[in-house]
Amino acid sequence: MSASHATTQVATLDHEGHNPALLHHFVDAQQQKNAASLGMWLFLVTEIMFFGGMFCAYLIYRLQHFNAFAAGSQQLSITMGAINTAVLIVSSVTVVLAVKAAESGKRKLLTGYLVVTVLLGMTFLVIKGFEYKEKFEKHHVPGATFSFTDKFDDNGQQIPVNPKEAELFFSLYFAMTGMHALHMIIGCGLFGTLAVLSWKGHYTPNYFTPIENAGLYWHLVDIIWIYLFPLLYLISRHS
Amino acid sequence: MASAVIPATQAPKLNYLNNGHSLKSWLLTTDHKRISLLYLVSVTIFFFLGGFFAMLIRLELLTPQGDLMQADTYNKVFTMHGMIMVFFFLIPVVPAVLGNFLVPLMIGAKDLAFPRINLLSWYLYIIAGTLFLHCMLTGGVDTGWTFYTPYSTVGSNTNVIEAGLAVFIAGFSSIFTGLNFIVTIHRMRAPGMTWDRLPLFLWSMYATSLIMILGTPVVAITIVLVAVERLFHLGIFDPHLGGDPLLFQHLFWFYSHPAVYIMILPSMGVVSELIACFARKRIFGYKFVALSSVAIAVLGFLVWAHHMFVAGISLYAAMIFSFLTFFIGVPSAVKVFNWTATLYKASISYTTPMLYAFGFIGLFTIGGLTGLFLATLGIDVHVTDTYFVVAHFHYVMVGGVLMGYLGGMHFWWPKISGRMYPEAWAKLSALLVFVGFNLTFFPQFILGYVGMPRRYWQYPPEFQVLNVLSTAGASVLAVGYLLPMIYFLWSLRYGPIASANPWGAAGLEWQTTSPPPTFNFEETPVVTWEAYNYEDIPMPKELEAPVAR
Repeated sequence: MSASHATTQVATLDHEGHNPALLHHFVDAQQQKNAASLGMWLFLVTEIMFFGGMFCAYLIYRLQHFNAFAAGSQQLSITMGAINTAVLIVSSVTVVLAVKAAESGKRKLLTGYLVVTVLLGMTFLVIKGFEYKEKFEKHHVPGATFSFTDKFDDNGQQIPVNPKEAELFFSLYFAMTGMHALHMIIGCGLFGTLAVLSWKGHYTPNYFTPIENAGLYWHLVDIIWIYLFPLLYLISRHS
Repeated sequence: MASAVIPATQAPKLNYLNNGHSLKSWLLTTDHKRISLLYLVSVTIFFFLGGFFAMLIRLELLTPQGDLMQADTYNKVFTMHGMIMVFFFLIPVVPAVLGNFLVPLMIGAKDLAFPRINLLSWYLYIIAGTLFLHCMLTGGVDTGWTFYTPYSTVGSNTNVIEAGLAVFIAGFSSIFTGLNFIVTIHRMRAPGMTWDRLPLFLWSMYATSLIMILGTPVVAITIVLVAVERLFHLGIFDPHLGGDPLLFQHLFWFYSHPAVYIMILPSMGVVSELIACFARKRIFGYKFVALSSVAIAVLGFLVWAHHMFVAGISLYAAMIFSFLTFFIGVPSAVKVFNWTATLYKASISYTTPMLYAFGFIGLFTIGGLTGLFLATLGIDVHVTDTYFVVAHFHYVMVGGVLMGYLGGMHFWWPKISGRMYPEAWAKLSALLVFVGFNLTFFPQFILGYVGMPRRYWQYPPEFQVLNVLSTAGASVLAVGYLLPMIYFLWSLRYGPIASANPWGAAGLEWQTTSPPPTFNFEETPVVTWEAYNYEDIPMPKELEAPVAR
């Protein structure tokens, strides 16, 4: 939504003087919208710092235990990771379309896009679940039952790997993708709620800040995956 | 500006305190002033709880033998003292109590930007505090407040996970407070309240909030990793399993060093307000003092490894961190010099808040300068993990933070409660705190320098004289801290009624009634003057004589 567009809408509202969504402590709807949006961006900053700690740990240990991390990476399924990446990118598109629909006041379309987003999010989680199941079967879940065989390079040459270091790779794998999946679950709950509210007609072209802000959250969770996928699945496979 | 002051006679009878008396009207309030009082009660409880553990430590150290408690108990006692004081008192105290109350008032807003998130952050604090109390009552934790691995993950058999969870939740409480303040200061300022007219307290709250939202998530994930490592026996920080305990220390101090500035910056902001008011002058070098807060927030993120000089980091890294640590002394010194320059040739009134401000400057200067000793690599090796370090950070975190907090509480108490406190008793308590504090902690500098290590429950007999002095000082200090609580409560009923602006202070919070109405201002103020325009405000007669007779 363009800034000037927003201003004119807010101005007409002010003349009418009663916007049910305007909270008492704000001067006008524009101030409320700006506050909510800045608040969301700051929250995203805290999320980046939160994941940043794990990315930092991953990068340091990857340097320290390069072989084990490359071997661990080879055990991940690129196919499933790539499908999930595609699913998430499509879900980001539906989020953008949902915001667009909210802006033009198309209630049914908005609800539809929100529902599709939730479904795509769940698809991601189901595929992730299958990946986790595979890890359990191959004893790649860190803990007492963990086992790891040596890695082979492209020529079939055996490269010994310290299983403890491979376990560290999988510890970080589960910590990072698990924390990401938790954010996906929260996101699905959030969008499900928004879908119900939008079906009931809570959002108008004058007030759809929750859709925009939830969209920002969804995009951030996507972006984190966009970094996780190459770091965990792609780089250092062939070395 | 005088015309903008609402005369006391026009004061509306309804204010935020008597607008609803039910328990629900307090526990479900979204009024920032009421939430501030909820915080005031809860942090005070934790302060005295942490103080109780401090007294246990001092009692044990009264004699060289370990006669009051076993070594294991002592470990738990100093851990409880540290965790309670750091996570449940020092970090929230000034932002959540004074900041919550003052940020909207000082910028002429009706409330914080997100009142419900503000209430949520108090509930998170209470959940965290309850969890921590449960952990304490079911055996406590003995890792020290720093959760150092591998002891916290494979060594300790106490309930580290529950304590970590409590700290994690308390962290979210402080993230939400910081986020709320930043958005409020950006988006809710009254017309004319430009950035260069902001009171310095707000600049320091802004800088503090930046640290809260940038640093706290990192310690949150670090503690999650410690808990996960304990639960599932992973090796993230365990060297036997390929992990690295140094990484834990890096991640931990990346937050926990800036956390020291979360504690001290708000008190610095308070001191700027106090000095301007009781020297009746604009703060010398306003812009430098304002920007030094931001500089401290930024540089504060670049010095964390000075906690790790002997932990096995490379010499080159240590040299860089040593240099940066010296460098962060510059903005801190800018503040101290500008405060003293403000005092020069000023007409100073020696009220209780001003006495606390003087105490802050003195104690913070000692705390800051000894910080430079510790930044010096050679000296740091000598005094690492001795009482010198203990004395240093107590001078900053107790001498500095508490002096600022108590000064601010006395200064704004008339606004918060609508009553004056008894000035004579307050001066006595300020004196007791100052004397008691120095008697407690100055001997510890000497103890540390001659080699008494921290975190031991017994010590060689030749250290006893200084330890007895320290314990005696702690008793005086305890009386000094108990007194304000007693006379503040007393003043709620018997204190003289406070006018809207008893100090003749600048700042929008003094232009509304005491206590303020629920929405702070009858109508939104329009600011046309600089901060601290004391030349335009007549000095109240009370300031020439003692304030409350």
